[in-house]
Amino acid sequence: MNLALTILVEGLGYASYLFIVSLGLTIIFGVLKILNVAHGAFYAWGAYFCAFLIGEFSAMGVSDLGTMIAIPIAALVVGIVLGSAIERTIIRNLYGRDEVLIVLATFGLFLVLEDVILLLFGVDPYFAFQPTYAMPGVQIGGIYQDGYKLSMIALSLVVGIISWVVLNRTHWGKLVAAIIFDSDLAVAMGINVRRVFYVVFVAGAVLGALGGAYIAPTISVAPGFGVEVIVLSFAVVVIGGMGSIAGAAIGALMVGMLRAYAVLQWPEIELFVVYAVMAAVLIFRPEGLFAPAKARKI
Amino acid sequence: MTHSMDRTLVGLTVGFAVVALLGVFVLPDWLLSQTLIAFSRALAVVGLLVLWRTGLVSFGHALYFGLGAYTVAMLGRELGITEVLITLPAAAVFSALVGFGLGFIIRKYREIFFAMLNLAFSMVLFGILVKTESLGSTDGFSVEQPTIFGLGTDDASVKLIALFLGVCAVGWLVAVLVHRYLGSVLGSLTTAVRDNEIRVEYLGYSVAEAIHGKYVMSAALTGLGGGFMALALGQVDPESMVNWTVSGELVFITILSGPGSVAAPFIGSLIFELLRTYAYELVPYAWQLIVGATLLLIIFFLPGGVWSLISRLTGRRDAGRPESSRPESSRGEANP
Amino acid sequence: MKSMKYATAIGAGLAAALAMAAPAGAQDTVSMGVVSFLSGPAAGPFGVPARNGAEMVIDAINSGSLPAPYNTKGFAGATIEADFLDEAGGNTKQVAEYRNLVQKRGVDVVVGYISSGSCAALAPVIDELETLTILAICGTPRVFEEAPRKYSFRTMAHATADNVAAALYIRDMFPEIKSYTGVNQNYAWGQDAWRDFNLTMNKVMPNAKASDKLQFPKIFAGQYGSEISALALDDAELVHSSFWDGDLEGFIFQASPRGLFKNKKVLFTVGGTAAYRLGKRMPEGLIIGARGPYGILVRDRDTELNKWFIQTYFDRYGTYPSGPAYQFGQAILATKIAYDKAGAAAGGFPTQAQVIDAYTGLEFESFSTTVKMSLGGGHQATTENPLGITYWDADAAEVAVKDVKFYPAECVMPPDGETSVEWIEKGMSGAKC
Repeated sequence: MNLALTILVEGLGYASYLFIVSLGLTIIFGVLKILNVAHGAFYAWGAYFCAFLIGEFSAMGVSDLGTMIAIPIAALVVGIVLGSAIERTIIRNLYGRDEVLIVLATFGLFLVLEDVILLLFGVDPYFAFQPTYAMPGVQIGGIYQDGYKLSMIALSLVVGIISWVVLNRTHWGKLVAAIIFDSDLAVAMGINVRRVFYVVFVAGAVLGALGGAYIAPTISVAPGFGVEVIVLSFAVVVIGGMGSIAGAAIGALMVGMLRAYAVLQWPEIELFVVYAVMAAVLIFRPEGLFAPAKARKI
Repeated sequence: MTHSMDRTLVGLTVGFAVVALLGVFVLPDWLLSQTLIAFSRALAVVGLLVLWRTGLVSFGHALYFGLGAYTVAMLGRELGITEVLITLPAAAVFSALVGFGLGFIIRKYREIFFAMLNLAFSMVLFGILVKTESLGSTDGFSVEQPTIFGLGTDDASVKLIALFLGVCAVGWLVAVLVHRYLGSVLGSLTTAVRDNEIRVEYLGYSVAEAIHGKYVMSAALTGLGGGFMALALGQVDPESMVNWTVSGELVFITILSGPGSVAAPFIGSLIFELLRTYAYELVPYAWQLIVGATLLLIIFFLPGGVWSLISRLTGRRDAGRPESSRPESSRGEANP
Repeated sequence: MKSMKYATAIGAGLAAALAMAAPAGAQDTVSMGVVSFLSGPAAGPFGVPARNGAEMVIDAINSGSLPAPYNTKGFAGATIEADFLDEAGGNTKQVAEYRNLVQKRGVDVVVGYISSGSCAALAPVIDELETLTILAICGTPRVFEEAPRKYSFRTMAHATADNVAAALYIRDMFPEIKSYTGVNQNYAWGQDAWRDFNLTMNKVMPNAKASDKLQFPKIFAGQYGSEISALALDDAELVHSSFWDGDLEGFIFQASPRGLFKNKKVLFTVGGTAAYRLGKRMPEGLIIGARGPYGILVRDRDTELNKWFIQTYFDRYGTYPSGPAYQFGQAILATKIAYDKAGAAAGGFPTQAQVIDAYTGLEFESFSTTVKMSLGGGHQATTENPLGITYWDADAAEVAVKDVKFYPAECVMPPDGETSVEWIEKGMSGAKC
């Protein structure tokens, strides 16, 4: 019982940040048809900037809990500044080119952004543990879970709900849906596709940075830690269905639960179980478990 | 057609002969060693080139690279077989067999799904290797000293020269064979498949089988490259042989080289290796930045890769696009 | 005609790529490559202090300002020209970089390497390339146990000493412990550490039982939430960990709010490196080692050399030297002593073979302890090994250790010719404690 509860909490905690990161990746893919490897860089930048700000705020005398304000600041600043800069200079010039070549271009971009982090923030890891110390531990299933992890689960729920509302209940959401469905048709209908692309890319970047910023206080923020999250969020997105929000949620939950189960019960399979599931999904349901609707073209 | 094939054959033969002679008589050991590493990787890149001509790019060929490397290393460690005339073919054959098996699934996929499915398979192997203590987990393990015709050597420079000549000979052979294959009817289906699959089917060929064949071929070449790499470095480990970044690197070199010729991967790999060495030496904290920026520059300004530059410099304007045009331009989508 | 152009294209391309290089080399000075983690999670806690320690000792040797009897200038009179390189990027990359260092840059001696992975991978390559190489920190005993080595030396004790000493410390200080578990990284270092500790515990505390749910996360994983849960769910009273680098600090930060250090005894064999860096956030009551008599565990050792080391380091870098600073400094010092000794015997600047002869079996007084190169045919050092328990020293406003116990070298390391595992399994016969 304790074990089951622990797996549930661990899995949810892990799934929550994966969901936020993957959501950014999947909406960019859904709308722009770009599989963005540099998404890992947004994540890393978000984490670095957040950890840096928390350190600064803490030095200024802000309370441990108060330093959490750094999280939304870092996510928005990194997402908007870096996201805009990249969309305007690189991504914009890639629209319409070969899908795989775009992936490679974003891989190049990722390498560049990783090293700019090194040059800017140095090689020493950052520790921004203050928020995790500020939240009391909660006893669940016989062991202490940190309150911060529970807050992460709550945040991911909020992010998920907001995204759903924006996409399904607002004018903007309808524009986006129209473009996902068929971008040529959207152009014909007079939608400013360029503008929507831009906004969606930046929104995706903010989400990537938010995932990084929120996880920052629980890890040592060190060079190169964006590498793993890229393939993990690829796995999430592929499992759920590329371009689908519900898919990102389901994919993140599956990956989170699988990994928590593996670490606690079967550590040998921890590292590949996720990719085995990814391969299985591709084999049996290549469009993912929740593929978005596709326009039928004749 | 025959005429153009002969030209390339002569070019390849002269090129490799010159490099081999330079290597034996002129080049210092470190450069020899880098060329060895670069050509090992180039074998894998030739494999990727075969797929790329079909419009397919794999983000998971580190699977075969790692299989080849671990095959060579494990034959030495588990069975005491160090004979390169056995271990290297074994690396290629084993990779080809795995490629043949997975090919039944993979041949149905195109574009991003093809890339992703390969990625997933390679990450499964990565996860297994990292968790396998008997194979050294994250550390990997050392490769036994290789022998040829039962002969070994303790002298590092002799071993280096022998391996170098070996990779030159195999590189030449692979380049020639792949070149002939691409010129054959079966091989030229490559471009046809990329341009219009349905038309190929109407001609009475099975697209799935054509792709399957190319996939196995690329797996074998990549495995062979991995096997050479294991011998060149004397060490195998999951991070530098099987992780997704290795696949990314291979694709990177493919783009850097350009699809123009089977000679391009060898030149591209060498440039990549030197670029990395010098970047690492000059700016140790920013070598990835230089490598990444190079990749972006190539994609934006030199879509035909280094090959198109070389052929332009030597006065052959059309050499960058032999047989047919590049994948991305053939899709007919202009830049916005 | 056309074929010639084609040939030129291919040939010229390959040749042009090959021509982009130029060799280098000089004598009268000793060129040295110093390799440690300069980027990545291991840089801050290990690589940077290691480099600092090496840099400080090299400068002191070049200016002849080390305390007596080491106050002569240079390596047998020759000035050291050091290049500092990054160990990050994995074993295979390190092998390639090592080849570059020796073959391309032509360095005379290489000092460094922190990760056991690097050393295990390099050991055969070093003998192949025949260049004197000093392994400064890496711990795996396998390097000198699986084959005799000619060109490499390790100037500090191997990891068996840490874990045997740790088990003895538990027996001496916490004899009531009934069960224990472990969280270690999944490569040679972590696997060996757990194996040695567990085997020794079986001998010295046969009534204590090891858990069957051991955790071996991937090195540099960064996130340990699930592992911490698994440890918390485990009934074991004691947790053994050989975590080092940023993983160690990350683990401490993640486990603290979850009460792990309150509910269990936790033993960190390399905990010393975190003490100064974490300051007040370092939990109290941790059992820590420092891979030998270095850093916080010898903070108050009152010898000229140690006082010089601590003071000079503090003045230069604004913090107290941790283990890696000592360990790299020690490797440089040992190399100077070997060069000087060989030079004196040869009556001039020594050849590499003479330096190797002088190095083999060397015994010397280092900054914080006595070092004997007595294992692996005179290539592997032995030293004493201490452990202690952390507490917050409110008066000095810094972390300190109490209940420090030193275990002599002959007590925690096997005699020459016997592998660690054999020795422990045979009940550590001949150990002088």
